[in-house]
Amino acid sequence: NLFEQFHRLANVYFVFIALLNFVPAVNAFQPELALAPVLFILAVTAIKDLWEDYSRYRSDQEINHMECLVYSRNEKKYISRYWKEVKVGDFVQLRCNEIIPADILLLSSSDPDGLCHIETANLDGETNLKQRQVVRRFLELDSEFDPLKFTSVIECEKPNNDLSRFRGYIIHKSGKKDGLFKENLLLRGCTIRNTEEVAGIVIYAGHETKALLNNNGPRYKRSKLERQMNADVLWCVLILLVMCLFSAIGHGLWVWQYGEKKKPIFDVPGPDGKYLSPVLASVYLFLTVIIVFQVLIPISLYVSIEIVKICQVYFIHQDKDLYDEETDSQLQCRALNITEDLGQVQFIFSDKTGTLTENKMVFRRCTVSGIEYSHDDNAKRLAMYQEPDSEEEEAAPKGGTVSQRDSICSHQSIKVIHRSQSTKTHRRTGSRAEAKRASILSKHTAFSSPMEKDITPDPRLLEKVNECAKHLEVMRSHEQPLSHLSPELCDVFDFFVALTICNTVVVTAPNQPRQKVNRFELKSPVKTIEDFIRRFTPSRLTSGSNSSSSSSLATSKSMHRFGLSMLSSTSTDSTLLKLEEKLAYSAQMNNNGYSSQQGRTAGAGAPEEGELRYEAESPDEAALVYAARAYNCSLVGRLSDQVSVELPHLGTLSFEVLHTLGFDSVRKRMSVVVRHPLTDEINVYTKGADSVVMDLLLPCSSDDPRGKHQKKIRSKTQNYLNLYAVDGLRTLCIAKRVLSKEEYGCWLKTHLEAESSIENREELLFQSALRIEKNLHLLGATGIEDRLQDGVPETIANLRKAGLQIWVLTGDKQETAVNIAYACKLLDHDEEIITLNAESPVSRSNLQSKFSNNTIDGATGNMTVGFTPLYPPSSSVLSSLGLVIDGRTLAYALEPALEDKFLALAKRCRSVLCCRSTPLQKSMVVKLVRDKLKAMTLAIGDGANDVSMIQVADVGVGISGQEGMQAVMASDFAIPRFRHLEKLLLVHGHWCYSRLANMVLYFFYKNAMFVALLFWYQFYCGFSGSSMIDQWYLIFFNLFFSSLPQLITGVLDKDVPAEVLIAVPQLYKSGQNMEEYQPHMFWMNMIDAMYQSLVCFFIPYFTYYDSEVDIFSWGTPITTIALFTIILHLAIETKTWVSIILFFFVALVYNASCPVCHPPSNPYWTMERLMGDPMFYFTCIISPVVALLPRFLYRTLQGTLFPTQLQLGRQLSKLSPETRSQLLTKLNVKETICQTRLFADSFSPSLGSNASDSYKANNQSTPFQMVSCEGTCKAEGFEPGVKQAISSPKREAALLSEVISEPTSHG
Amino acid sequence: MSCEEQLRNGGCLASRKGAFGDGHRSLCNSLRQGWEIAGIFLSFIKPFRISQEREPRFSQRRGGQALEQVARKAGESPSPEALRRREGQPILTAGTVLPAFFIIGLIFIPIGIGIFVTSNNIREYEIDYTGTEPFSPCNKCLNVSWDSPCTCTINFTLEHSFESNVFMYYGLSNFYQNHRRYVKSRDDSQLNGDNSSLHNPSKECEPYRTNEDKPIAPCGAIANSMFNDTLELYRIDNDTRTPITLIKKGIAWWTDKNVKFRNPTGDGNNLTALFQGTTKPVNWPKPVYMLDPEPDNNGFINEDFIVWMRTAALPTFRKLYRLIERKNNLQPTLQAGKYSLDIAYNYPVHSFDGRKRMILSTISWMGGKNPFLGIAYITVGSICFFLGVVLLFIHHKYGNRNTSADIPN
Repeated sequence: NLFEQFHRLANVYFVFIALLNFVPAVNAFQPELALAPVLFILAVTAIKDLWEDYSRYRSDQEINHMECLVYSRNEKKYISRYWKEVKVGDFVQLRCNEIIPADILLLSSSDPDGLCHIETANLDGETNLKQRQVVRRFLELDSEFDPLKFTSVIECEKPNNDLSRFRGYIIHKSGKKDGLFKENLLLRGCTIRNTEEVAGIVIYAGHETKALLNNNGPRYKRSKLERQMNADVLWCVLILLVMCLFSAIGHGLWVWQYGEKKKPIFDVPGPDGKYLSPVLASVYLFLTVIIVFQVLIPISLYVSIEIVKICQVYFIHQDKDLYDEETDSQLQCRALNITEDLGQVQFIFSDKTGTLTENKMVFRRCTVSGIEYSHDDNAKRLAMYQEPDSEEEEAAPKGGTVSQRDSICSHQSIKVIHRSQSTKTHRRTGSRAEAKRASILSKHTAFSSPMEKDITPDPRLLEKVNECAKHLEVMRSHEQPLSHLSPELCDVFDFFVALTICNTVVVTAPNQPRQKVNRFELKSPVKTIEDFIRRFTPSRLTSGSNSSSSSSLATSKSMHRFGLSMLSSTSTDSTLLKLEEKLAYSAQMNNNGYSSQQGRTAGAGAPEEGELRYEAESPDEAALVYAARAYNCSLVGRLSDQVSVELPHLGTLSFEVLHTLGFDSVRKRMSVVVRHPLTDEINVYTKGADSVVMDLLLPCSSDDPRGKHQKKIRSKTQNYLNLYAVDGLRTLCIAKRVLSKEEYGCWLKTHLEAESSIENREELLFQSALRIEKNLHLLGATGIEDRLQDGVPETIANLRKAGLQIWVLTGDKQETAVNIAYACKLLDHDEEIITLNAESPVSRSNLQSKFSNNTIDGATGNMTVGFTPLYPPSSSVLSSLGLVIDGRTLAYALEPALEDKFLALAKRCRSVLCCRSTPLQKSMVVKLVRDKLKAMTLAIGDGANDVSMIQVADVGVGISGQEGMQAVMASDFAIPRFRHLEKLLLVHGHWCYSRLANMVLYFFYKNAMFVALLFWYQFYCGFSGSSMIDQWYLIFFNLFFSSLPQLITGVLDKDVPAEVLIAVPQLYKSGQNMEEYQPHMFWMNMIDAMYQSLVCFFIPYFTYYDSEVDIFSWGTPITTIALFTIILHLAIETKTWVSIILFFFVALVYNASCPVCHPPSNPYWTMERLMGDPMFYFTCIISPVVALLPRFLYRTLQGTLFPTQLQLGRQLSKLSPETRSQLLTKLNVKETICQTRLFADSFSPSLGSNASDSYKANNQSTPFQMVSCEGTCKAEGFEPGVKQAISSPKREAALLSEVISEPTSHG
Repeated sequence: MSCEEQLRNGGCLASRKGAFGDGHRSLCNSLRQGWEIAGIFLSFIKPFRISQEREPRFSQRRGGQALEQVARKAGESPSPEALRRREGQPILTAGTVLPAFFIIGLIFIPIGIGIFVTSNNIREYEIDYTGTEPFSPCNKCLNVSWDSPCTCTINFTLEHSFESNVFMYYGLSNFYQNHRRYVKSRDDSQLNGDNSSLHNPSKECEPYRTNEDKPIAPCGAIANSMFNDTLELYRIDNDTRTPITLIKKGIAWWTDKNVKFRNPTGDGNNLTALFQGTTKPVNWPKPVYMLDPEPDNNGFINEDFIVWMRTAALPTFRKLYRLIERKNNLQPTLQAGKYSLDIAYNYPVHSFDGRKRMILSTISWMGGKNPFLGIAYITVGSICFFLGVVLLFIHHKYGNRNTSADIPN
């Protein structure tokens, strides 16, 4: 990599100088010697790079050597090969849960429908399952797919990075063409789910795969500090040139003054005996002096920085606080060169799902027909997950706990049934251990941690469900109509049915995917017929929704037939015949199907149900299904047109799904149209955001009592919904509509039309959905919690205190995002929120005006949450604005015309929330902020959809969570949990930054100081470019003498201890404002260096003036003095007082270097002789003192009179723990005062400082006040901290005990 | 830490006075530096031990456990180094550094006075004999060339007698012996007696490498420009000139004479034979093997030559020329009275505005006369003391605020 190294300008420079030394006319040192440091630097860098390359190589190897089954023509079977051997045109067979090694065209699937489910989490972060289809014609092959018979030609577009597009066609042997779409393509990096086996042909492999094309090469990240440093290096070069020029001119004058005639004897002519002309001499000298002064450009700076960074990374790695025992992962630093950027971050861009939250939805509460079921037990259980109550577990023996719990449960619940028992087992065996196990499991399947699965049913509701089921059973056995049921019970029943079926959840068993479902398929008579018919049902060719079932409605038969004939020309009479047959069958099934199934389910099905696993497109669906299961209303099977639900007492009911109107973000709801097996009614179950569903309800007249009741229910529900929202729950409304057959028929007609239409299909389908989703009957609402990760709100609060602006960019829908934002305290309820939603480009201008409105006169008219008139508008805009913007609007906002305004607005907001944003948008936002605001950005995310954002940001942090490793791979740092960000930034970031900033400044300083010494000397040697410092010292000064102590401090220095940094996040601001390394500081340092070098030069100069001293006996003291000064300077500057060890280290090297320079060169015995000279010591003592006096004084005065925050922080750390905590609490109180009294302006400097001043005044004047103050703050601010501290060891203990007790409880 | 041990190592002066604040360490260190450099050859191991010993003591005082916890909390391995580091993180405030200033002041002022007094006790007499002034006896010799001696005599009177040994220097001004090309223009291996270098000197010596195809024996510009005035000192006592014995040996560094400079080796001790095939430097009147009649002061190991070869650091310098030893304890080395200096004026400095001087000086433990260092010490000491007072004032006024200092938001 030598060549690469020379890409670095600095290295070229140094090599140039080294080579310059070989030119006899200008050489200053022995050429070989001059080469040494350059070679050393190059070698060190090379070794470092080698190590990095090697580790990269190893990780590449790991991926390349993953195995997959590739068809081999020779052996006529699939053999296992490495990924890297997969080539285009290979046939690949994949099993369930395997990762796809290349972009593969799906040719066969074990799924009878030719479907294949894949999980694209690695690509876009969505954990839902997506369906992919076998290429059409291959679907029709009834035999097993045989690669040997594959003779078709595939033509497709060139590799590109568009994940959502694929075009091509396949030409069969017969000459027929088939189009290929993205539905046929399995993308690399995805995971096969729910499909036992698929086979396909590789279309793109290796770097041509869409996944890799999407992976832009990692940008070489250069830290901000480094950029600034480079600027200063340029300054140094300039200074160097000036100095050289000065010397050259001086030399020219010096030579000139002696004229032609009277050449002094000490001016040595050139080898040819001729004297140089002044001009030529000065030109030569210019080059010489460049060599002599080269030290000014810190040659070892780069390499030192790299070494320091490596060490820092090592220490960060070692930090046990950043270790997560749950996932057994710890912090990884993947980028070695930007550690100090961590200390300068100003903007945090966070993904939501999986980053802030655990990406685990938990059903929390629900309300059915106006009655709230708070699920307190559930809440308790969740609390238990958070803080497993170890004491109970520890104290009481297992049996006792169980019985205790049993009693709790049983006295409330009517019946302890199997599933609730299983719930309890989960509970008993312990949350943590279980969670751990499950999280391992859940790496293979989505959304199935016990937290989601186990829902403790609310006893009241459970009672009602059971009652209702009983009623139903009774009714059915007596052939009573359903309407006898009380409306409330009816609602309850419907509510759960809706929960269960109104979704797209796929049921699997964990170990043998789909097996269970398969069995169902086989056993169910309907299924076979369905299948049979399906094969001939043309409507399935219209693809898209699986509502294709042109099923069994007698009423719509004619209609349907009409539709069929309309749709498909291939439909034959036989199809129709079969259809009839099927209808008959299904009718039969509806009547007696359940009874036959009931027995079976009771026997075999029940024990296995506990193992059923639901995989859903969105986790909240799964959560709802699990919730329903807790009420014994469990989904056991889902086919494209039928849902089997198991109910207590009733057994398995099969609902025919007539249509599924999928979720879309405009409607914000989804519906299913089913035929109720018990009543034969056609029901529409709608589940959707409260805002929309509430509007679609059947208008109820206030006249009749029923209507009144409904109204009451509605208002109640609305109340509860608001409550849920305040709690940060995701709310969904469940509603139902009973359709009469006529209505349905009517609708079906238009719907089919819509489905079959080619143009505007989406539009028409949308319209059609609107038509059916109206006049709904409200059943209830649910509150789902997307559980936040531990410590997220605290972390966010702390980070915000540290002056970081946090933006959340999420792909989620707005409501969810806002809810979560509230939950994690990103948004406050007393904050004004500007919501920007633009529907179309037309509203762009509108938006524009909004922007201008907002920026000019605060947020008038655009905010959704109330505007508190207490504060003047300007300040309120400053402090507590939240901006919520959705993806579409974002797209407009990111247009060049608007982005400035957008930024201006966003900058003034305390928090920004972007919903529904695409990965590209995420990265664009980050880029925008990075480039326009020149701010340091940090992006954190866990999924592959965050990859681009992570790559664009200055610092990319990946959460090594559940969604694959893509984010981690792209990131610079990978942390296991969001809360670790706090320590990473506040402590390590700060440290790294302050260390490096100090180090860089110090490097400049010491080199400038050293070179200045030489420069002063030029005045006394006729600007001849000679140096009084031995060339060895001179060259190795940078490498050893001064760098080593600096390196050690650079690695170990802690200006403020970790706990203080955490406790006082404000200290982080010093890094953001670049307090430790500002341009003026560079110049301050330079001036100081000049002063110090003057002192170090002239004290020896006057001391040894007109004495017998020779060059090196004089130069050595100067070197010594300079070194001492430099090291003492370090001691003042850095907060670590470099202890004597370092002195000895340097002295050791110093002396060890002397034998090296032993050969009869000049400085022989100089040092030793000097050692015997008291003058030497006296000079050495006084010079550093004089040299450092100003800085020392400055620091002292600064420390006394105008202490910076960091110094205060340091002081804080010196105090005893008690006083420190007192001070901290004081600080907290002060903040709360600030926040309450001057909430609006807590961040505005003028008022904030006012407050602190006044506080200080209080403090000084009356000690009593202070005491009382402390008392109150202990109550307020200090408690949570204490609590936290206590809870964490407890948790560990609990975990331990659970792990120990696990085998026993299982046995 | 034990003071005894410290002192044994030439340790911290301040610690003798008991435990001070952290701020002292700067002074302490700066004092220590000097001593440690001295002591380093003897025992650079010991201080390591000190620093290790010191650590548990410190942590005990503050409660070792607490410290360790802190370290563990910080997440980094509680290495002893880290602990030690942690223990010393003073904040430079007036309060902490106050004593340091006073200490520095209190120590520096006596040192400065000591140095100043010593320096003042040194007798020094200086004669400029360049002869640029028309009335100077050496004016006639101004335009001499290298090999045509011109003698002149300068009379002078010593006001005070020189008690101890007297060093006789010649001083040159405006003579850039530190010119880069000049400094380089020598061949150390030739001077070290290397035979091959003798006959084939290094290229660095150009253009004084060869003369008429013969290698120049001490090659290079330095040797070529060797100072070749001869100075003789007479005491004029009642018009009788008594020559004063000038010792010409022992003026060079021992290592130079015995290690660095050697005559070429070969069979026999006849330097003339050994330097066969070489030629004298251009400016020299006679070859190198005829510098001195005494064989152990001849050739390359001639001490005048060695002294000259040690190039001066600054354009104004002096070089030791002769020693005048004190005969007995009763008489001063040089009594006050009249003396005359006989100069064989060879060395041309007028062309480049140089000056030539003869200096007589006694020396003390701190070398030649130089009041600067003493004054510097006194000044710095006073400044520190003054600053200490200022800081005391500041501390008194603002220091209290600091103890209860808070972090302003």
